[in-house]
Amino acid sequence: MNLQGKSVKLHDMSLRDGMHAKRHQISVDEMVKVACAMDEAGMPLIEVTHGDGLGGASVNYGFPAHTDEEYLGAVIPKMKQAKVSALLLPGIGTVDHLKMAKELGVSTIRVATHCTEADVSQQHITMARKMDMDTVGFLMMAHMASPEKIVEQAKLMVGYGANCIYCTDSAGYMLPDEVTTKISALREALPAEIELGFHGHHNMAMGVANSLAAIEAGCARIDGSVAGLGAGAGNTPLEVLCAVLNRMGCETGIDLYKIMDVAEDLITPMMDRVIRIDRDALTLGYAGVYSSFLLFAQRAEKKYGVSARDILVELGRRGTVGGQEDMIEDLALTMAKARG
Amino acid sequence: MSKKLKAVIIGPGNIGTDLLMKMQRSEWVEPVWMVGIDPESEGLKRAATMGIKTCSTGVDGILEHVIKDDIRVAFDATSAYVHAENSRKLNELGVIMIDLTPAAIGPFCVPPVNLAAHAQNLEMNVNMVTCGGQATIPMVAAVSRVQEVNYGEIIATVSSRSVGPGTRQNIDEFTRTTAGAVEKVGGAKKGKAIIIINPAEPPLMMRDTVHCLTAEEPNRDAITESVHAMVAEVQKYVPGYKLVNGPVFDGNRVSMFMEVEGLGDFLPKYAGNLDIMTAAGLRTAEMFAEEVANGTIDLPARGE
Repeated sequence: MNLQGKSVKLHDMSLRDGMHAKRHQISVDEMVKVACAMDEAGMPLIEVTHGDGLGGASVNYGFPAHTDEEYLGAVIPKMKQAKVSALLLPGIGTVDHLKMAKELGVSTIRVATHCTEADVSQQHITMARKMDMDTVGFLMMAHMASPEKIVEQAKLMVGYGANCIYCTDSAGYMLPDEVTTKISALREALPAEIELGFHGHHNMAMGVANSLAAIEAGCARIDGSVAGLGAGAGNTPLEVLCAVLNRMGCETGIDLYKIMDVAEDLITPMMDRVIRIDRDALTLGYAGVYSSFLLFAQRAEKKYGVSARDILVELGRRGTVGGQEDMIEDLALTMAKARG
Repeated sequence: MSKKLKAVIIGPGNIGTDLLMKMQRSEWVEPVWMVGIDPESEGLKRAATMGIKTCSTGVDGILEHVIKDDIRVAFDATSAYVHAENSRKLNELGVIMIDLTPAAIGPFCVPPVNLAAHAQNLEMNVNMVTCGGQATIPMVAAVSRVQEVNYGEIIATVSSRSVGPGTRQNIDEFTRTTAGAVEKVGGAKKGKAIIIINPAEPPLMMRDTVHCLTAEEPNRDAITESVHAMVAEVQKYVPGYKLVNGPVFDGNRVSMFMEVEGLGDFLPKYAGNLDIMTAAGLRTAEMFAEEVANGTIDLPARGE
């Protein structure tokens, strides 16, 4: 593979997807410290939001230690070069949240829908574009739809005003060939000025390999998280991706040693548990299940005595999508009843 | 004189058609007109074959027939944008408006919780909240009538096939309206609503989760009894309303996991979200009709 001379914008997820792994309990102090260190290391874009996006604070997904306003208000004024993005899932967050984020200085909004339901994003993408934000359409669980369907849905988002489209492997299910196929299809179908992005999870250890395939097929933005702090087995570990891209001669603008230090000295000590491909995280990738279900399934296992792996496999079989965390306790109760 | 209230349905889409099918079985409400804006629409053609008068020029087109045909109740299944005008025009002629859009200019109505009060007050415009609201607010109310609920949260999961373009283009209306009604009708101090659209095939049945955070430690026996009684109330007009799991108690959290199976009138049975709206809307009109028949309320006077 030859990526020599290409350049790519990396987008850190540790303070948003990482909120899942931290049960949304990252302190404002930690947020600011990590964001400043990443800013210093040259990270161009940093996402700061509840794990489930703006307005995600809930019984269903978890109440965070602080509000989105508090996190964004603390981090954004401290940034020297990095821009800050926020995630919004229609059905959870609303245009009101979007306006709040814009007022606090969020420059990039990522409007996320299940990969076949892009038309619920019209309200939010239209408004973001009207407010002159860098507007990303984020198609989640992209392994669940054909390349043709992904293209069709991406075109809807572009029609509403998105200037960048993400193919999002929320389950960490995809293998590099699938990434190549889907990104190539998007690249072929969308106008050249529309950027493409890829968001990976490391549940099958494919985070770095998939990101390389994505860049080769035309992605200009790649998500990952420093030290891999994210849902499931984490996101593509950015310091690793940086090192690989350095070796391949692909430009990121990030200082490798500095980002390695952020991973080792700041983020790893914050972890509640080692982010690794344990049996349940591997099951997410293998069965194609939304990565943030991991800790909920493990909690249900403890409470109801049903194996987390069995719960996750059943959730995959039922075709659950992102946001259906409430199914986990419900299913565990039903499975426990069936066992008598 | 027939005890049945004569009705007009505005909006010949999924909701309007399902409502028409249910209304044809009603002992208290008789469908007379179906109103649309496109003469070629499938929904109007379907209504015509079902023996209903149709009008393709919007609400303005039926105003002249309202008195002549003794229309007393209207169901608006169009959109929040046009509802206010539809309601104003028909209210002026003394027609009670049942609002199935998210416009919510009149008070929210969730039949087992507050319909009786609306009927006795002869509210001329009542709003049916949202499908998610109809499926979950009775559960919030079942807890809040036992003890104080600081926070009520509902998660509605619906099949992609059952969610029409109107809801999709304006999904914020769903979350805002539902959250508001969780507070106003459900009795929670603070409300939150989440909607998830799932494209699985075959389509999944409508599912709803209700979480309440009580101010004091929950009274498990009283809440369990109240929840089961409320489920039975809803089942009177939505037989497929089912408590799958719960109430589950975890500290001050009380959770109920529901499933709503439709009657399969117009859309298949998985579309319980459609069913619970139309059934609740019809139940509301029936209650008005019953109160009129009992002499508890009088319909707005009409000169001949």
